[in-house]
Amino acid sequence: MSGQSIAVYVPRDSSSLSLGAEEVADAIAREAGSRGADIELIRNGSRGMYWLEPMVEVTAARGRVAYGPVTVADVQSLFNAGLLEGADHKLALGLTDEIPYLKRQSRLTFARVGIIDPVSLHDYIAHGGYRGLATAIAMSGAEIVQEVTASNLRGRGGAAFPAGIKWKTTLDQNSPQKYVVCNADEGDSGTFSDRMIMEGDPFVLIEGMTIAGLAVGASEGYIYLRSEYPHALRTLTQAIEAATRAGYLGADVAGSGKPFRLEIRLGAGAYICGEETAMLESLEGKRGVIRFKPPLPAIAGLFGQPTVVNNVITLSSIPAIIADGGKAYNEHGVGRSRGTIPLQLAGNIKRPGLFELPFGLTLRALIEDFGGGTASGRPLRAVQVGGPLGAYFPDSMLDLPIDYEAIAGAGGLLGHGGVVVFDETADLAQMARYAMEFCALESCGKCTPCRIGSTRGVEVIDRIIANRERGDNVELLRDLCETMTAGSLCALGGLTPLPVMSALKYFPEDFGLSTAKGASME
Amino acid sequence: MLSINDKDLGTPARDSANLVSVEVDGHAVTVAAGTSVIRAAALADVAIPKLCATDSLEPFGSCRLCLVEIEGRKGFPASCTTPVEAGMKIRTQSEQLSKLRRNVMELYMSDHPIDPFECKAGGKCELHEMANAVGLVHVRYADDGRNHQHLPIDDSNPYFSFDPSRCIVCSRCVRACDEIQGTFALTIEGRGFNSQMVAGQHERYLDSECVSCGACVQACPTDALMEKSALEKGRADRAIVTTCGYCGVGCSFKAEVRGDEIVRMVPNKDGLPNHGHSCVKGRFAWGYATHPDRVKRPMIRKRISDPWQEVSWEEALAYAAAEFKRVQQKYGRGAVGGITSSRCTNEEAYLVQKLVRAAFGNNNVDTCARVCHSPTGYGLKTAFGTPAGTQDFDSVAKADVIMVVGANPTEGHPVFASIMKRRLRNGARLIVADPREIEMMRMPHVEADYFLQLTPGTNVALFNAMTHVIVTEGLVNEQFVAARCEPHEFKFWREFAAEERNSPEAAERITRVPAAKIRGAARLFAQGPNSAIYYGLGVTEHSQGSTAVLAMANLAMATGMLGREGVGINPLRGQNNVQGSNDVGSFPHELTGYRHVSDSLMRAEFEKAWNVAIDPEPGLRIPNMFDAALDGSFLGLYVEGEDIAQSDPNSQHVAAALSAMEIIVVHDIFMNETAKYAHVFLPGSSFLEKNGTFTNAERRISRVRKVLPALAGKEDWEVTCALSNALGYPMDYSHPSEIMDEIARLTPTFAGVSYEKLDRLGSIQWPCNDVAPTGTPVMHVGEFVRGKGRFLVTEYVATDERTSSRFPLILTTGRILTQYNVGTQTRRTGNVAWHAEDVLEIHPHDAEQRGIREASWVEVTSRAGTIALRAAVTERVAPGVVYTTFHHPETGANVVTTENSDWATNCPEYKVTAVQVMPTARHPERLPADRVIAAATPAAR
Repeated sequence: MSGQSIAVYVPRDSSSLSLGAEEVADAIAREAGSRGADIELIRNGSRGMYWLEPMVEVTAARGRVAYGPVTVADVQSLFNAGLLEGADHKLALGLTDEIPYLKRQSRLTFARVGIIDPVSLHDYIAHGGYRGLATAIAMSGAEIVQEVTASNLRGRGGAAFPAGIKWKTTLDQNSPQKYVVCNADEGDSGTFSDRMIMEGDPFVLIEGMTIAGLAVGASEGYIYLRSEYPHALRTLTQAIEAATRAGYLGADVAGSGKPFRLEIRLGAGAYICGEETAMLESLEGKRGVIRFKPPLPAIAGLFGQPTVVNNVITLSSIPAIIADGGKAYNEHGVGRSRGTIPLQLAGNIKRPGLFELPFGLTLRALIEDFGGGTASGRPLRAVQVGGPLGAYFPDSMLDLPIDYEAIAGAGGLLGHGGVVVFDETADLAQMARYAMEFCALESCGKCTPCRIGSTRGVEVIDRIIANRERGDNVELLRDLCETMTAGSLCALGGLTPLPVMSALKYFPEDFGLSTAKGASME
Repeated sequence: MLSINDKDLGTPARDSANLVSVEVDGHAVTVAAGTSVIRAAALADVAIPKLCATDSLEPFGSCRLCLVEIEGRKGFPASCTTPVEAGMKIRTQSEQLSKLRRNVMELYMSDHPIDPFECKAGGKCELHEMANAVGLVHVRYADDGRNHQHLPIDDSNPYFSFDPSRCIVCSRCVRACDEIQGTFALTIEGRGFNSQMVAGQHERYLDSECVSCGACVQACPTDALMEKSALEKGRADRAIVTTCGYCGVGCSFKAEVRGDEIVRMVPNKDGLPNHGHSCVKGRFAWGYATHPDRVKRPMIRKRISDPWQEVSWEEALAYAAAEFKRVQQKYGRGAVGGITSSRCTNEEAYLVQKLVRAAFGNNNVDTCARVCHSPTGYGLKTAFGTPAGTQDFDSVAKADVIMVVGANPTEGHPVFASIMKRRLRNGARLIVADPREIEMMRMPHVEADYFLQLTPGTNVALFNAMTHVIVTEGLVNEQFVAARCEPHEFKFWREFAAEERNSPEAAERITRVPAAKIRGAARLFAQGPNSAIYYGLGVTEHSQGSTAVLAMANLAMATGMLGREGVGINPLRGQNNVQGSNDVGSFPHELTGYRHVSDSLMRAEFEKAWNVAIDPEPGLRIPNMFDAALDGSFLGLYVEGEDIAQSDPNSQHVAAALSAMEIIVVHDIFMNETAKYAHVFLPGSSFLEKNGTFTNAERRISRVRKVLPALAGKEDWEVTCALSNALGYPMDYSHPSEIMDEIARLTPTFAGVSYEKLDRLGSIQWPCNDVAPTGTPVMHVGEFVRGKGRFLVTEYVATDERTSSRFPLILTTGRILTQYNVGTQTRRTGNVAWHAEDVLEIHPHDAEQRGIREASWVEVTSRAGTIALRAAVTERVAPGVVYTTFHHPETGANVVTTENSDWATNCPEYKVTAVQVMPTARHPERLPADRVIAAATPAAR
């Protein structure tokens, strides 16, 4: 491209595509062609402001200027108004970086998402990519692990286990073959941070996994990607090919003399395969059922070998941590929750999207200030934090800080950072039933409390709703939830009682119980 | 369901020298590191409720009944999946645990009849026992919830039924199929509440790849998978430990009995050959023992053209004795003899040879081992000093390279195959040398590194080529050879092995195995570190059978693969007591312990003990007996448990010899082909009806215990005693233990064996004496039994049985899992559900040339005769080779086999017959049922 061409950005991530980004991009190309305008159409990732997608950006003299949400019908008027000069238009959003929703974030992990061409290695490096790897190559495995430990990074997949401890465990294993496995089976409802980063900046994940491989002595990496993410598959595949061609992956990683190869494996649609041991089974070509622990995967994981299993966001946070030091990362956050977390706002919310910020903001600030309240405009009734296994919190609890310990202390979990908002029309008894039904649908069927309990849970809640021996059945539901919590083999059966019991506790009237009686149910 | 009275410790033992002490409910217990909490508790006599855990399977952690509290740990860890840690304090009982367990049981019972009267196991299944144990009496979940009660029963297997409505999805069956049997026939289909155990690709059990070993039935904790016999007869009231009467693996079983009826056979968890596993024959195919065809009364007839007459035991025995005496008076002392069988106990075989030597006064005794593993005895005794396999079965678990030659373990020795497959799944490498692609070549998680598909009859050339590679590529274990072997013989042999005519390239022209493969396999074998050879009749039943055994000995010695665990030369013996019948003196030239009759010092001991003079000259071998009968010099025969008319080669010759004899006494459980030529029929007792011992392929002596009363009133050893007494030589034993005591007194390798010790130890591997009071699992440790190992030159000599333009193909034979040899037993059981007929496997190339299509009838013609059977066109056999099994008498094996035999032992060359195969419209007439049952195979034993 000549220096004369004007960069126009139209996202290629699946959310934007589902909102018509492909058609918009085509329309822009056609329009530019018909006008003889010299543009470079770049398909970037999403900035995460979904109510503005497809959001088109143009590099103007004053910086990148945004327009959105753009439809095909708007394209001509945008060109007429002077899109390529960053001129004003009814869809103009001003300088992208100045949009408050973006400006108030602390984008460490998502630093490049939406800015670069996701499959351009050149772009990645130009925007600070592979600085972490360069630093890591000069360090010993133990030093890298020490840096991760110092960052206090905890697993972003949901369990929040300190990444440094996990890595050290694998590093300490004396085994000729170790693995790094990235859990990209992002199945929680209302979450999409993994997808966004894989579609918007796949190299950061590749770099993170490569550093993990160097750190623990693993020569092979696998990304276990859910099959429902075809666009992520495409960007990741292109990025792995580019990294391999450029010598960032392969027998000699970036001249380090050490090997690291990376492959993608597709899941087959089972939620349970997002649980790390079921995922390892699936990776080995078996049915995705839970393995008991111990042994931990860090000691005996994939094919029985020591394996680091981390979520996409955890691994994607590594390059910045190594490049800028664990200490810098640790400076963000509160309490034992350090660094930043990409929160995903969804459900009945005016401004849904992804929001990366340091731990510590309250749920209310997130939902009201950034999310703009309910999309329906009706009063908010409940918020489910942490995906389908997270608790339902009533409005009265929204002053909780977003912090692993605080949310857990309130009987919930932060999980993978999904926040789903419900307005006053929500029936929480139905949501409790749905939680059991979800568990019944997705249970691997191995352990009894989950296999039989979730199905019985649906039946018991149905009887409560239908007012058949309601009192006895509420008692039975409580017993069942206790059994599932204490007895289940993994978090699916073990945490399903969270949404069920929180719904019963905070919204007893939806179950036909008096407020006082429901509250006493805890 | 486990056997009655079996204690289940929950998880398997762990092998660790490190000991860990923990406290369970205040009881201190010390266990090997890696042991689970549930097992530690069980060892401290604290029973933790459980359903998915059982000590024959790796822990699984699904039932969630065995949850416990551990001091300092959050929550309720499952005791089956939690390994002990030093100082751990475990609580197995608390109010919370009780409630949790009761609530889990309640979930189980919400999809299962809670009423024990509805339980097909009479409430004695583990599920109902656990419901009791946790105090569950009532299920609170509404009875209109989702359930599995509508699922149909799968009754397709002849021996067990699967009722999915009673399944609790614990996966014990699936895991047993995977971990124990290694067939991977079962799986859990669907997920969550829809999870369901299915066979194959959701097929009926019988249509799936299930081999009906029954491991799943044994593992099932509920009444979902149950033996049909147990469903019909109810729960046993006692269990008797005994030894299987089928193959040479010699599995230990618990015969569960109710009244005078067997309810079921359950493999014994403490049984060292099988560790609680079994195959379809041992576990299920015992119904022949009570089949109506059993002969229950002695019978005599003057001429073989006369009808049989039922008589008393006294009359039959007196008649037989008088006839033998008459023949001896008329034709000489050497005119009579006896044949023992590998199917009989050690004590019975011992008595028959004693009768021949003491009462007949000659050495005309031989055994059916003549026609199967005699080259093994000859070869291994010559090279090492002991005519037996060098290892115990468990040794295979330490092998790094396993070479299987001329054996088909998954069909012939299925329980040992399972142990071998487990080792292969855990990483051992596999070399298969066979004319035909056996199942072992490629099965779940097992694939052979080398398949040496040699032309039948060329084993020696193959082994010589492997040793050529060892010798010429510097792979000889010089240290071992220098320390352990005869140096001169080795030097001479080394030069022989290095000769160009023994190179893989030269061998390729003979064996048709590519030289590169021979080289690769030889290198892999030499690399070890532990390489073991397992072989079968594909090695021995050849004109160079003994040479091949010696050649394998050379290979093992040159690479130092002897004298420790994980290595060795291991014959897979076909019959339950091939080893034992040979050990106790069944050969015409040897007394017990393989000592030559010409040894006067040793003979003197027997003469003193038996109070008779023993002929110092070896007697007649089986083939010599037939020749002598036609000469008119051998006219009386006592045959116990062996159908020579069917089993021995060249049927016409055998028939003529038998017809020429004046007194033939057949002692068997069924009328057989030989009985057609007999004058006296003495009804035998099956292995379930008598006391005694069998010795399996690993030299392991195990007790056979009487489970049922003898159908004809006498155990076989009693019959032989009575015959001897009638002949005027007194035999006065009150129990087989006294016979074993006599063997022990007279045989150095058995000196330490007694029934008392067998009862105490379970089983004993000989040699057992003062040096090895509890027996000898691995032989030749430190030194060979004969001192230095012998390298003998093993020149390859092609068999006389050559292909020609008239007989261009080579026929070779084998057997399949569900049938046993000639089918005398298995064809009288539910095993008839499998393998409806024998078929001829032929390569597509050979089939096309002859216009033979799949399933079309073909005639197989050799120089000796013609048989007809259906063709199966397959690439499992190489071009030029055809293959069949001989379980069905219509096939008429010995019509085509020739009289070629091993140069050293006369073992017939059953494995190589030059034939022509042509399509035929002819469809052989079905033989009458009695002939069908009685017919024999030459091949499989």
